[in-house]
Amino acid sequence: MSARTRPITTTEGTRPFAFSEAALAECRALMARYPEGRSKSALIPILHIAQAENDGWLSVNAMDAVAGVLGLQRIEVYEVASFYSMFNLHPVGTYVLDVCRTTPCMLRGSDDVIAHLERKLGVHCGGTTADGMFTLKGVECLGSCGTAPMLQCGAHYHEDLTIERADALIDELRARNSRTNYTDR
Amino acid sequence: MGRQLLFEHINTPGIRGLEGYRANGGYRSVEKALRTMSPEAVVEEVKASGLRGRGGAGFPTGMKWSFLAKPPGVPRYLVVNADESEPGTFKDRYLMERIPHILIEGMITSSFALGANTSYIYIRGEYFYVARILEQAIAEARAAGWLGRNILGSGFDHEIHVQVGAGAYICGEETALLESLEGKRGNPRIKPPFPAVKGLYGCPTVVNNVETIAAVVPIVNDGGAEYAKIGVGRSTGTKLISAGGNIKRPGVYEIELGLSCDEFINSDEYCGGVDGRAFKAVVPGGSSVPIVPYELFLRTAAGEPRLMSYESLADGGFVSGTMLGSGGFYAYNDAQCIVRSTWNHTRFYHHESCGQCSPCREGTGWMEKVLERLEHGEGRTEDIDLLWDIQRKIEGNTICPLGDAAAWPVASAIRHFREEFEYHVRFPQKVKDPKHFAKEPFVRNANFATA
Repeated sequence: MSARTRPITTTEGTRPFAFSEAALAECRALMARYPEGRSKSALIPILHIAQAENDGWLSVNAMDAVAGVLGLQRIEVYEVASFYSMFNLHPVGTYVLDVCRTTPCMLRGSDDVIAHLERKLGVHCGGTTADGMFTLKGVECLGSCGTAPMLQCGAHYHEDLTIERADALIDELRARNSRTNYTDR
Repeated sequence: MGRQLLFEHINTPGIRGLEGYRANGGYRSVEKALRTMSPEAVVEEVKASGLRGRGGAGFPTGMKWSFLAKPPGVPRYLVVNADESEPGTFKDRYLMERIPHILIEGMITSSFALGANTSYIYIRGEYFYVARILEQAIAEARAAGWLGRNILGSGFDHEIHVQVGAGAYICGEETALLESLEGKRGNPRIKPPFPAVKGLYGCPTVVNNVETIAAVVPIVNDGGAEYAKIGVGRSTGTKLISAGGNIKRPGVYEIELGLSCDEFINSDEYCGGVDGRAFKAVVPGGSSVPIVPYELFLRTAAGEPRLMSYESLADGGFVSGTMLGSGGFYAYNDAQCIVRSTWNHTRFYHHESCGQCSPCREGTGWMEKVLERLEHGEGRTEDIDLLWDIQRKIEGNTICPLGDAAAWPVASAIRHFREEFEYHVRFPQKVKDPKHFAKEPFVRNANFATA
């Protein structure tokens, strides 16, 4: 099976989802950007909004709501959500740490940073800490090779990481305890 | 320092905003094109410049533009490829976050040349914060009349929209990008038809890289002939190189094409040499281009000094050359293990394969497994030939170039560093330590029977 086809989570399908009024207005503005009959183009941006409104992941109910907004078949939403790696198809922690592990980062020590974070948080890449605070993800090249090693958390890039800086970041995030999303301004 | 066409004002305070950008000569190309030139004349300047696509393929931009079909009554689109996902490449991000208006300006001028009234910037989802910077620049440009209806009273209307992706390397391939922009999975399309005939929404479309479109600004301002004076042979103008890996001064550099490779990697103006050890290998154009030993990066097989140009880096073909690619440059010191790096490269391609074509979908995963066991001291001698065989069967047998891109790093690693693969088979205990070459660098051409 292709790494680009991931199963969606149906076990949490009963969890209700509804877009906020502000999000709906944003969705409508996005749909208006495209020519008549081409509003499906807004699917990926709208999935980002849905993910941000659903604690950082896309449940079946969230995806069904997106299908409703866009007037699409549900499968058209599922097949796209499962293709793109920024869409989380399972519940995630308050913070998702996307640590770059691709070659240019590896040359500058990302293996050490990842091993340290795995030890510190007590999870492997892909896992979420027992307190629900952190999800650690090994991701592919984030275009920050000159400031490697690095990780992304929400909209922010944390660059030139060392073990000490990674520790300081974890402490800071833990103290702040508020969800970050890719869509944050 | 060579001439700086895109980066001339990169460190000027306030250059990110419209006011600062305009005060430093910004939007002159729009004034010149819309007030004094025909669309065809702009295309001719781009042809005369010799500009080649800066995303990696190096296809002549003017020629690509001249292929654009113009059926009456059908809209045309310009789509800027800001998906920048080729490992080692971060030049477009650097440009967009520091001088967003140069991209907006280039898009207006280019869209005028192409007759496109709507253009899209497709930017990778991870660059959300850069998308916000671009959206702000677009809003500023619109408020100042550089976008919208009847720009500068010329009768030309134009709107730009930013579209974010969501994490998929394959969407940097232009037809996968168009699929994604239409709200679908990023599966590349079979070509022909090419996007110039049937692109976004089935309409004629030009897809160009961020840096390519930004380069249209100096080309229109100063003329294509002036741009073509910079560089060497068919490699004209300047190129952004994003440099990383084991060098002293990582960063993004604008070089005149034709700069010597030795100067680029060793001078303090650019990479500043190795980070305290010895150079071992170089990937000069993003992870998809062949990896070459440091000596072959400096000099061709014939002993000629190698230059940072499309032709010179490719001299020797795949036997001893490599490619300029996207300009995603990274260098290895002698603590690095080529088998580990090849495993890492291959894991990337397996993760990013869209899954449409069997040779790529299955072959990348197979190579990843074989490389993983080799790196962990669990490989067999036959594994090296097996890897060679698999990559040969992927190359050229897929819809899009991701298959080739996955094959070449493996082929070049085996071609140039075969002994290092053999070492992993013969000394499994030594390679169990993931940092096996940090303490004791691998010496090529040595009789490692005693190692």
